[in-house]
Amino acid sequence: MQLDQILQFALSGLSTGAIYALIGIGFSIIYNSTGIINFAQGEFVMLGGMLTLFFIGLLQLPLWAAIPCAVLVCTLAGMLFERLAIRPLRKPTPINLVIITIGGSIFIRGLSMLLWGKDTHSLPSFSGDEPITIANATILPQHLWILGITLVIIGANKFFFYHTISGKAMRACSYNSRAAGLVGIDVRRMVLFSFVISSAMGAMAGIIVAPLTMTSYDVGIMLGLKGFCAAIIGGMSSGIATVIGGLILGILESLGAGLISSGYKDAIAFIILLLILFIRPQGLFGKAESERV
Amino acid sequence: MSFKRFFLTFTAFTMLTSVSAFAAAPIKIGALFAVTGPAAFLGEPERNTAKMVIEEINRAGGVKGRKLELVVYDTAGDATKAVQLATKLIKNDKVSAIIGPSTTGESMAVIPVVEKERIPLISCSAGSKITDPVKKWVFKTAQNDALAVGRIYEQLQKQKLTVVALLTVSDGFGASGREQLKAQAGKYGITIVSDDTYGPKDTDMTAQLTKIRGSRAQAIICWGTNPGPAVIAKNAHQLGIKTPLYMSHGVSSKKFIQLAGDAAEGIRLPSGKVLVADLLPNSDSQKKSLLEFVKDYQKHYKAEGDHFGGHAWDAVMLLKNAIERGGDSPASIREKLEKTTQFHGVGGTFTYSANDHAGLGKDAFVLVEVRNKDWVIVK
Repeated sequence: MQLDQILQFALSGLSTGAIYALIGIGFSIIYNSTGIINFAQGEFVMLGGMLTLFFIGLLQLPLWAAIPCAVLVCTLAGMLFERLAIRPLRKPTPINLVIITIGGSIFIRGLSMLLWGKDTHSLPSFSGDEPITIANATILPQHLWILGITLVIIGANKFFFYHTISGKAMRACSYNSRAAGLVGIDVRRMVLFSFVISSAMGAMAGIIVAPLTMTSYDVGIMLGLKGFCAAIIGGMSSGIATVIGGLILGILESLGAGLISSGYKDAIAFIILLLILFIRPQGLFGKAESERV
Repeated sequence: MSFKRFFLTFTAFTMLTSVSAFAAAPIKIGALFAVTGPAAFLGEPERNTAKMVIEEINRAGGVKGRKLELVVYDTAGDATKAVQLATKLIKNDKVSAIIGPSTTGESMAVIPVVEKERIPLISCSAGSKITDPVKKWVFKTAQNDALAVGRIYEQLQKQKLTVVALLTVSDGFGASGREQLKAQAGKYGITIVSDDTYGPKDTDMTAQLTKIRGSRAQAIICWGTNPGPAVIAKNAHQLGIKTPLYMSHGVSSKKFIQLAGDAAEGIRLPSGKVLVADLLPNSDSQKKSLLEFVKDYQKHYKAEGDHFGGHAWDAVMLLKNAIERGGDSPASIREKLEKTTQFHGVGGTFTYSANDHAGLGKDAFVLVEVRNKDWVIVK
């Protein structure tokens, strides 16, 4: 096995991993502020890609204008989802919430199928398709976009949660929502915020991968599950741990497909998921908390 | 109010559909297509085509004065559902013949039902095992994978390329193709040096392709349906792979070129002739049927007719011919179907016999190449 092959596997893994990370963080932001695992997260990823196509195709917008529109509409969809499906729930037990988010994801998927049909579509790349060679391994300009945008989003995320009042308030809710409510934080608004942020992030993830992976009404399922794996590996943290989780997952998948057998690619992700849940439910980097075990 | 309106529409609808019952009793034909679900890219054009052709036959006065009535059910690509619906078609709707299902898995599941109930079935799926061994009541219109594989290997042999790498999708279509690719390799003196798969929803195949790049393969054969092969084409372009890339007939539609963009240039694949209908020489016996189908489909659905729709076109036309030649009961339709000779359809020229219910030869496929975002025939 040559070194440049390994390098190629690693590079491919990194770029898929970055996407998993972005989706994973969407999961953990909502989890941390509400305790909900939002299984509709993958659908926002799908919506991002499909809405961009919609704006390009129907309204003839250029790519750079279609992207913010798509993110905006997707964020609105996230808010609507929270308002109509999550908030009205009287007794939000975890199982109810999980079922609601799964129902929501099926609903969104079905609606997009009816609206845009079952075809697969591809988005144009942001800046050409000429491969870039790095020591005998190649990546596309789009991969750099993915890595760059992921970094920017994660940085912005960090800033928001640690250096702004709203971000700090959201963290307070995640530690103890009742106490946060007692000191005057509007917990419900924070929950809404978390949906806004994570649906916008999901949409962005969906948009930046679409030129590489294409998009259709049903891409959300698998991407969502992989993002969930990343979040679990990172112990549901909304910071760097989930990012590393995503990257680990991407690289392992790519190495597994290249070195062992491509048939086990998805199995690798889910075996990791199960192992983490069995052995280290607090995530790879988290400190054990007695109440989670 | 709304109930009333619903009721009115409903009565109007039933009256419309049953109006022909007052004339000579129509011949009922059942159809099972995967109109929704993962195989919708097959089922949708098939249903559209079947509806269109039956409509046209009826407008022209039916077959021997009797109208045809189509009963279509959506199987959603689910074999269990296909079996239930087949039983429903036979027991409730009392159809004389069934067209479909769209996928090999569903067809295999439905076969015991039609064999037991003695109703002729014309499957629109490609798996060779549907008609091999021959089942008395089962025919099919889709070209066997074996023919497509043979077409690719012939070309490779001609170019003296003997070492290939396989990359197949891990679903029924890919598995069947992989089986055929492996089984026929020996016959054409071809060695398979790498045998990889990918998941139907995978979004990055650079890992597999990197592995193939490191092997000594002279050609890569990829077996799958959209979007996987388009991703593979893009990935191969990214990795700068210059090895000739062959695809299966599963992506023989303009959609593939749209998805893969520039990366599609130079890719070759075996395809039903429908893709290149207007490029065929006038001497081609199928040309008339092909152009008729393509034009019709364009007119009705404002979309290009593909070879999936063609399978349904062939199935309906074969049935029509069988009925014209005197079949009206399930048993006589079956008997006449089996005697079909030299029917020039969309998928190829069909000649059924007691020991061949697939009916097509290797000439059903042409090898095409993507050049300047369009198809050309490889000579």
